[in-house]
Amino acid sequence: MPTTSVTVVETPLVTTLLALADDALILGHRTSEWTGHAPLLEEELALANIALDLIGQARALYQAAGELTGHSEDELAYLRDPPAFRNALIMELPNGDFAFTIARLFFVSVASDHRWRSGLAEPALSAVAEKALKETAYHIRHAAEWLIRLGDGTAESHRRAQEAVETLWPYTGEITEARAAWLRAVTPVLDRATLRQPNDGWMQSGGRAGRHTEHLGHLLVEMQALPRTFPGATW
Amino acid sequence: MGGETDGQPKGGMMADPATRLWEVFVRARNGLAHRHAGSVHAADAEMALQAARDVYTRRGEGLSIWVVPSAEIVASDPSDKDSLFEPTGSKIYRHPTFYEVPDEVGNM
Repeated sequence: MPTTSVTVVETPLVTTLLALADDALILGHRTSEWTGHAPLLEEELALANIALDLIGQARALYQAAGELTGHSEDELAYLRDPPAFRNALIMELPNGDFAFTIARLFFVSVASDHRWRSGLAEPALSAVAEKALKETAYHIRHAAEWLIRLGDGTAESHRRAQEAVETLWPYTGEITEARAAWLRAVTPVLDRATLRQPNDGWMQSGGRAGRHTEHLGHLLVEMQALPRTFPGATW
Repeated sequence: MGGETDGQPKGGMMADPATRLWEVFVRARNGLAHRHAGSVHAADAEMALQAARDVYTRRGEGLSIWVVPSAEIVASDPSDKDSLFEPTGSKIYRHPTFYEVPDEVGNM
């Protein structure tokens, strides 16, 4: 059976670029799924803005990876199979409720901020990092303020926020290259949100090596359906 | 506002979906005044500021945002229209239409 899939030859730099690009694309796609479902019109636009920031970051990174591999950004986004994706598992988890979406955005954004800061000194990343840092600062602000209000809100919002934090915690090991720095930024927000910080224990991993949860395949089927069904489609 | 049945903070998002209304003012460039852009719903000032940013400055419209609780705005009564505004109708000499404004003056 013919396949439309591409296979990418990965050098360490290509893998680095793809990991960052896939993180941004997959979380951007997840965030965009709130369009039409957010609790408030204002929040709908906020999440759409964030999704577009992330997809913009992904595009810039795919273009950089494309220059090294000869693949177009569309090929890299739409024509790789799930095991070729290098995103961390936390990005592909279903949105769950609003508390889960916000807690994930907060945890990921704090880690991204750190990654972009070190990226400023890396020639292949500096341009993307400089732009992404400003976007990420707003993502952190938005998610942190929401998390504080959900955690320190009603009994129901607190319960949901606490549950989200517990569920997500084992997935945060894969996104924190500097755990201590990440915790220094996360702990004060959890405190203000009156949320209990889980202990660091066993951590999920495998996304960077292409071993994904069942959720990524479903996400990609939807995201890639059009370019795979109508190769070369334009609009 | 009511809804404080179980001791929860006023304006709690999930407790009260009818969150407060805020008026949004955006200043587009240095030297211009803030102009009314519209309104947003938000539980408190910080979230109102963020909502205003997300709703009204998506296309580079803003350098500065003000948000003001809509309830704090004091508005004139429509039925006072005649007494408030009618008297100016006969005072055309207050309009600057008798002057030529040189092009160099620019944005007045």
